[in-house]
Amino acid sequence: MSAALATARPARARRRFGPGLLFVAPAVLLLLAIYILPLLTLAGFSLTDYRLGAISTRFTGLANFERAFGDPVFLRALKNTVIYALIVIPLGVGLALGIALLVHGRTRSRGFWEIAYFLPVTATLVAMATVWQFVLHPSLGPVNAAIRWFGAEPMSFLANPVLIIPTLAMIGVWQVLGFNMVLFLAGLTGIPRDLHEAARLDGAKNPIDRFLTVTWPMLGPTTMFVAVTTSISAFKVFETVAVLTKGRSGSEVLLYAIYLEGFEYAETGYAAALTLLFLCIVLLLSIGQTLHLDKKVHY
Amino acid sequence: MTPQSLDLSGIGKSFGATDVLGHIDLAIRPGEFLSLVGMSGCGKSTLLRIIAGLETPDRGTVQIGGRDVTTLDPADRNLAMVFQSYALYPHMTVRQNIATPLRMRRMSIWGRLPLLGALVPGRAAALRDIAAEVQRAAETLQIAHLLDRRPAELSGGQRQRVALARALVRQPAAFLMDEPLSNLDAKLRAHMREELAALHRRLGATFIYVTHDQVEAMTMSDRIALMEAGRILQLGTPAELYERPASLTVARFIGTPTINLLPAEIDATGRVTLQGLETGIIAPAQAAGAATLGLRPEDLRIARTGIRAQIERAEHHGADRYVTLRPEGHPDLRLTLRQPISDEIGTGSVTLSFSGARAHLFGADGARLDCRFAERVSA
Repeated sequence: MSAALATARPARARRRFGPGLLFVAPAVLLLLAIYILPLLTLAGFSLTDYRLGAISTRFTGLANFERAFGDPVFLRALKNTVIYALIVIPLGVGLALGIALLVHGRTRSRGFWEIAYFLPVTATLVAMATVWQFVLHPSLGPVNAAIRWFGAEPMSFLANPVLIIPTLAMIGVWQVLGFNMVLFLAGLTGIPRDLHEAARLDGAKNPIDRFLTVTWPMLGPTTMFVAVTTSISAFKVFETVAVLTKGRSGSEVLLYAIYLEGFEYAETGYAAALTLLFLCIVLLLSIGQTLHLDKKVHY
Repeated sequence: MTPQSLDLSGIGKSFGATDVLGHIDLAIRPGEFLSLVGMSGCGKSTLLRIIAGLETPDRGTVQIGGRDVTTLDPADRNLAMVFQSYALYPHMTVRQNIATPLRMRRMSIWGRLPLLGALVPGRAAALRDIAAEVQRAAETLQIAHLLDRRPAELSGGQRQRVALARALVRQPAAFLMDEPLSNLDAKLRAHMREELAALHRRLGATFIYVTHDQVEAMTMSDRIALMEAGRILQLGTPAELYERPASLTVARFIGTPTINLLPAEIDATGRVTLQGLETGIIAPAQAAGAATLGLRPEDLRIARTGIRAQIERAEHHGADRYVTLRPEGHPDLRLTLRQPISDEIGTGSVTLSFSGARAHLFGADGARLDCRFAERVSA
C-alpha cells in the first residue's frame, strides 16, 4: 500500500526518482514476493491442467472455470458456504453486540465475562471440535439427552443433511463471538459519556432510545469492521468441516472443496481456479460492504 | 415555560471515601443567572450533575419549582444542559441535533421510526411544529444557515451555538451550563459572554452556570456561589463578593489582578498595625493576634507617607497601569498597584497609602473581621 502510494506520486518526486526507488524497494520487493507473485502463479496454474508432480502440463484456457460451474460438488460447496455465512454474519455480529452491551454495563465482573467469552478465540478449533462432537452426539451427547428429556426424537446434528450446515454455523458463531465482543467493547469504551448524558437530558429515557440515538450510530465504524471481518472468516470456514464431517452428507464448503481438489486429488490447476473464484467472492464482498457502509458510518 | 426556582437543601455526596459535597443549601430564584465558581475539584460540576439528575445525592433534596425531583430521571426534570464538549450528536445534522429534544418528548418511539413512523397518526403535524421551532431557535442563535451541516463541519463557536439552540428549543425549566466557554479562544469567549448574558435577559430563564473562571462569573451572573472543597464559601452578587469577601479564599479568588495581602497585627484593644504602622482600623478586640490585611490593587496609591516599597515593574494595560512593588521588610511579598495611565509614577522607592474603609481584614482563621475606622488614612 505505502509502496504503491510512493511510486504513484507525480512531478516533485520524479526529480529524485533514484533515491526514492531505493527507499521503496524493500517494501515493493516484499510485496512482490509475498503477495503478487504467488497470486500470479496461482492465476497461471488456474489456466492449465497442472497436477502436482506431473512432468508435462497443458494450457487449457478457461476450461477449469467452466468445469467449476458444472461441478456439483463445487456448486454445493458454494451454496453451503453462503448459507453458513448468512447464519454466522448476522448472529456473530448481533449477538456479539448484545453481549458487549451487557458486559460493558458490569463493573466488577466485567473481567470475568470478557475472559469467558474470549476463551473460544484462544482455544484451537480442532481440539474444541472434539468437544462439540461429544456434545452433539446422537446417543451420548447432553444436547440430545435434553431433547429426549423433553420427549422429542434425538437428532443427529452432524449427519442429517438439513442440520449439518446450520449446526456448523452455530459452532462458527460460538467461535467468532468473543473476538467480536472485544471489538465492540473497545468501540463502546470510545463513546464519550457526555453524549449519553446529553441524550438523557434531551428526553431519551429508555435504554432503547439511548441505544438508537447514541450507541448504535457511534458504533458505526466498529460495526462495519466487525461485519467485514466476520464475513471473511465465515467464508473461510474449514476446520469444523474437516474435523467433524469431512464433507460427508453433502456438507462441503468452499475451502474444503479446494482442499480436496488440491491436496487429496492433486488437481492443482483446478484447485487454483477454485481458489481464484473464492478470492474474487471474498474481495467483492468486503469491498462492497466497505464502500456501502463507509459513507454511512463516518461523520 | 415560566422560569422556575431551584432549591437544594442539605445536598451531600461522596465518591468512595472522598466527600465531594458536604452539606449544600442553595435557593436559586426563578429567572436568576447563578454561577457556581471555584477551582477544579471543588464540587461545582458534581453539584450541577446532581441538579441535572446525572448523579444521585447521598443526602438532601433537589426541588424544581417547588416539586421534589431528587429521584426523578433526568429526562423528566425538563432541564437543558450545555456541556463543555458541547456533546452534539456527530451523525446528525444541526437541524436534527436541535430537533432531538423535541422529537424525544413529543413523538412516541414508533413515530420516530424511519418507515413505520409514517403510519402513526398526528406525526406530520408534530413534525411540522418541530421544524418551525427548530427554525426559530436557530434564528435566535444566528445559525439558520448551518442547519444542514454536520457538527464536524462547524467551528468551535458554531458548535457552541448549536448546543445552545438544542438547549433552548424546548423552553426548559432551567439551563445548566458546564464550563461552556472553556473550549473557545479568548476573543470568542469574551463575545459569547456578552451573547449569553443577552440571551439570559431575553429568555428570562433560570441559568445555572459552572465555571472556574471568575471573570465569566463576575461579568454574567446575578449571584455567584463560590465553592471550595464541597462547600459554598460565599453566596452573593458579584459586587458583594468583590467588595465584602467573606474569607481570605474568596478575596484571593475574585478580582484580577489578585488582591494584595499583608501580614497585620491586632493588639489587645483591637487596633490594627502593619509592622508597627498605625492603620486607623479598629478590629473587634477578641480577635487580637495575627491577621491579614487585604487591599485591592486599585485601592493602593502613592502618597507621602505609608508603606515603603520598591518599584519592580510597570505593565501598560491601555487605560490602566499595573505596578509591581516589593514592600520593605518583606523580601518575598509583592504588591500590585493599579492606577490610571495618566497618573505619574516615579522610579525606585515610593510610599504607599490606602483608605482604611477600603481595606479588608481577615483573622487568623481566614474569616472576615468587621472593623471600625478611628481616623482616615494613616498608614
